[in-house]
Amino acid sequence: MLSTQEATMGDTDTGPPLLQVENLHVRFETRSGHIDAVNGISYHLDRGESLGIVGESGSGKTVSVQAISRLLPTPPAIIEGRIFLDGRDILQMDGESLRLIRGNRIAVIFQDPMTSLNPVLKIRRQMTEAVRTHLGLRRRSASKLACDLLGRVGIPDPRRRLDDYPHQFSGGQRQRIGIAMALMCEPDILIADEPTTALDVTIQAQIMELVADLQDELRLAVLWITHDLGVAANLVQRVMVMYAGRIIETGPTRAIFGRPNHPYTLGLLRSLPRPGTYSRLASIRGQPPDLSDLGDGCHFEPRCDWARAECLQAFPDPTTLENRMVACYASDEVAAERTD
Amino acid sequence: MWTYIVRRVLISIPMLFVISIIVFGLAHFMPGDAVAAMISPDSPAADEIAEIRRGQLGLDRSVMSQYWSWLGQLVQGNLGFSFITGDSVTSTIGARMSATIILMGSSLMFSIVVGVVLGVVSAMRQYRTTDYGLTVLGFIGLSVPIFFLGLVLIYLFALRLDWFPTSGIGAPGQDRTIISTLHHLVLPGLSLGVLRIALFMRYTRASVLEVMRDDCVRTARSKGLHERTVISWHIVRNALGPVATVIGLALPLLVSGAIVIEQVFQWPGIGLLFINAINQRDAPVIMGIVMLSAVMIVAVNLLTDIAYSFIDPRVRYD
Amino acid sequence: MAAQRFWEHKLARFGVIVLVVVTASVVLAPVIAWHSPTEINLDNRGAGLSWSHPFGTDRTGRDVFSRVLHGGRVSLLVAVVTATLAAAVGVTVGAIAGFYGRSIDTVLMRIVDIVLTFPALVLVIALVAVMEPGIKSTIIALSVLRWPQIARIVRGEFLRMRELEFVLAAENSGASSRVIIVRHLLPNVVGPVAVALTLLMADAILLEAALSFLGLGIQVPEPSWGNMLQDAQSINVLENLPWMWIFPGTFIIVTVLAINFAGDGLRDALDPRSDHG
Repeated sequence: MLSTQEATMGDTDTGPPLLQVENLHVRFETRSGHIDAVNGISYHLDRGESLGIVGESGSGKTVSVQAISRLLPTPPAIIEGRIFLDGRDILQMDGESLRLIRGNRIAVIFQDPMTSLNPVLKIRRQMTEAVRTHLGLRRRSASKLACDLLGRVGIPDPRRRLDDYPHQFSGGQRQRIGIAMALMCEPDILIADEPTTALDVTIQAQIMELVADLQDELRLAVLWITHDLGVAANLVQRVMVMYAGRIIETGPTRAIFGRPNHPYTLGLLRSLPRPGTYSRLASIRGQPPDLSDLGDGCHFEPRCDWARAECLQAFPDPTTLENRMVACYASDEVAAERTD
Repeated sequence: MWTYIVRRVLISIPMLFVISIIVFGLAHFMPGDAVAAMISPDSPAADEIAEIRRGQLGLDRSVMSQYWSWLGQLVQGNLGFSFITGDSVTSTIGARMSATIILMGSSLMFSIVVGVVLGVVSAMRQYRTTDYGLTVLGFIGLSVPIFFLGLVLIYLFALRLDWFPTSGIGAPGQDRTIISTLHHLVLPGLSLGVLRIALFMRYTRASVLEVMRDDCVRTARSKGLHERTVISWHIVRNALGPVATVIGLALPLLVSGAIVIEQVFQWPGIGLLFINAINQRDAPVIMGIVMLSAVMIVAVNLLTDIAYSFIDPRVRYD
Repeated sequence: MAAQRFWEHKLARFGVIVLVVVTASVVLAPVIAWHSPTEINLDNRGAGLSWSHPFGTDRTGRDVFSRVLHGGRVSLLVAVVTATLAAAVGVTVGAIAGFYGRSIDTVLMRIVDIVLTFPALVLVIALVAVMEPGIKSTIIALSVLRWPQIARIVRGEFLRMRELEFVLAAENSGASSRVIIVRHLLPNVVGPVAVALTLLMADAILLEAALSFLGLGIQVPEPSWGNMLQDAQSINVLENLPWMWIFPGTFIIVTVLAINFAGDGLRDALDPRSDHG
């Protein structure tokens, strides 16, 4: 099942993909029970590619990417599966090998720029420490690099501002600093964990544009997490829709959003406000499922207009069509629906 | 920054004023008569001599006028004259100051350094045997009377093992050197410092645990820094702000402890002076010491706030 | 629920058991101890441990075991009465300050700040010196010292609850201030105050011990754990009659430790979110 899915989803590039995730499971064991946050997802990311992971909060999108650089504290998290970076399984690495990857090959920008920078350290220190550790740069050349990147992400007067503290910058500026900081070591993969959610709408667009430019420039592979379909549509080449810790639909952005094959994707698209129309927004009825008690059937079944008997029996096997994949028994009927 | 400091200083002035009234009141209502104690009751002119002495000491004036003249002298740094020895209280306290500062300073340093290190270790090993053991030790540290530890240390290290002297700040008849002072300092310093380790350990542990959950620590980890860099630069640096304020909390405890420890070890500091003055009802000395301790605590609270603002730059600009 | 969490706290359970044993033995001291705590026996001075004198005798031949048990009565009495007095004053002042706010609050809290400015032992010693040393002055001085901490806690809780809906609802329904304070607000501060009180009792035992050790607290011949240690200031006693000071000292440590464990368990049980080893 995995192999067929990967075969059809893989690009025409030769060689193994940059990042290959196989059957990833993340479960949190707590005193009051367990939470199945990620339930067997597989995907790959090629060099220079941008991949979006879309889903509501609680869909496991953030957890699934934090597992990649193993930023989840274990315990309480239990991570299973395989995550290959250039053929080496990150989940099997010792602490030192993992450290050499973090920040160096895989960099992360976080959701909340107000809390993700260290309040008591100058920007200079925070920007240069990774590049000095990983690449052994001297203080002066590291500062020069930091200065260049700050300028590149649009911080005015970067030379002087290197000696400021995070609280002296606005939220948008802090996120630009976060991006510059992530790019210091020229990583292969940039994980953007909803980096625009905490920002004003106008700033959001600027940040997105900035990341898109930098991606082209540096041939970065970007894994962009968002709950906002609009963000995904504008930014990424390929998209994965997650629900209750599973990928329920994936494929090229244009194809997925042009003609969704899964009722959940369709619901998300219909709940998107469109300029020029005043029709009432259609929201998806019901609540996301309880992650501590997921049944055998399709997790979306209680909220689905296309639900049928077989949906209760077993989670649908993913079916592949051309370069896309969907996990739904009623995908043909959904595909016939109009999106607006 | 400066306006912040000036404002904080100005706030403490009315407080110190009220404190001075309380201190004066306490000394004024203290029973026993220092003048009577100075004069032999067998003396034929005892009453007349007492009157004269009272006049000399200003004790025949009204309470208010006594207070104002005391306060007037106080703000000039003059604490009056001892009823017993007639010496200036300011210079008497001054002469004892260095011994107390050496004792309190060294034990404070010791307890901060050890306490912060153990607190960090405890937090890093949360819910493991090390953490559990340190927590229980911390409880014991909070439960042992400080003078009892002093007695145990004297018994073990001075009487049984004879490694250190039992009391005093220097051997009688010999010149005080740094070495001899340190030699005398070890036991009282440890007695005063060891138990306070528990305090700093507790606060450091709590503070570190809180910081460890911060997003910025996750960011630091995501950058692939060495674990020791993450701990020292990102976790401990952030956790130290709250710990600095504990120094302010620890100081009153340290003063209380110093009084007892100076008594146990006959350490010639202000604590010993205070107990002697209490036993002799020497009001000017008592007032001087109580006032000084309150002023010192107000000042240290101010200093820890300022120190906090240096550790945490966000406070400075608010 | 809270009671169950408390009992599952291993250290707290240990603390409570120890406290029950210690309290029972000091309360029953006249029954348990077969020697009088004050009876002098010059023929049996400074005797070591024996069946007749399990903790030995002191320099005047008094039975140390009996003195430790009787001394515990005084020490625990001082702790309990101090805690009660401090709680009574502290809760009243804190409730008034927190409920009425404004200038009343400002004045009361300034007083609290001022009391808290003095180092504990300095203030207690000065207060005791104004009165005659003894049990009464010790209790008064310790209560004067410690009520502000309770007042701060109660005021903080009151200020927080003042804006909650059930208080506003009670106010709108025309309940008097007294009814709101007693019926609605006070029951909610019982938890934090109970935790503060246990810690205050531990602290009172230590302070009483220090005060009596300095000769300013409980006066001989009446024994207390603190004044029994006073004798150890003599090098002779310290070196040659260690049972005279080791036993009262150990009783202080074990009792205070037990109270601190129980207090920690109480805090954890009342606030499940708190994080203590």
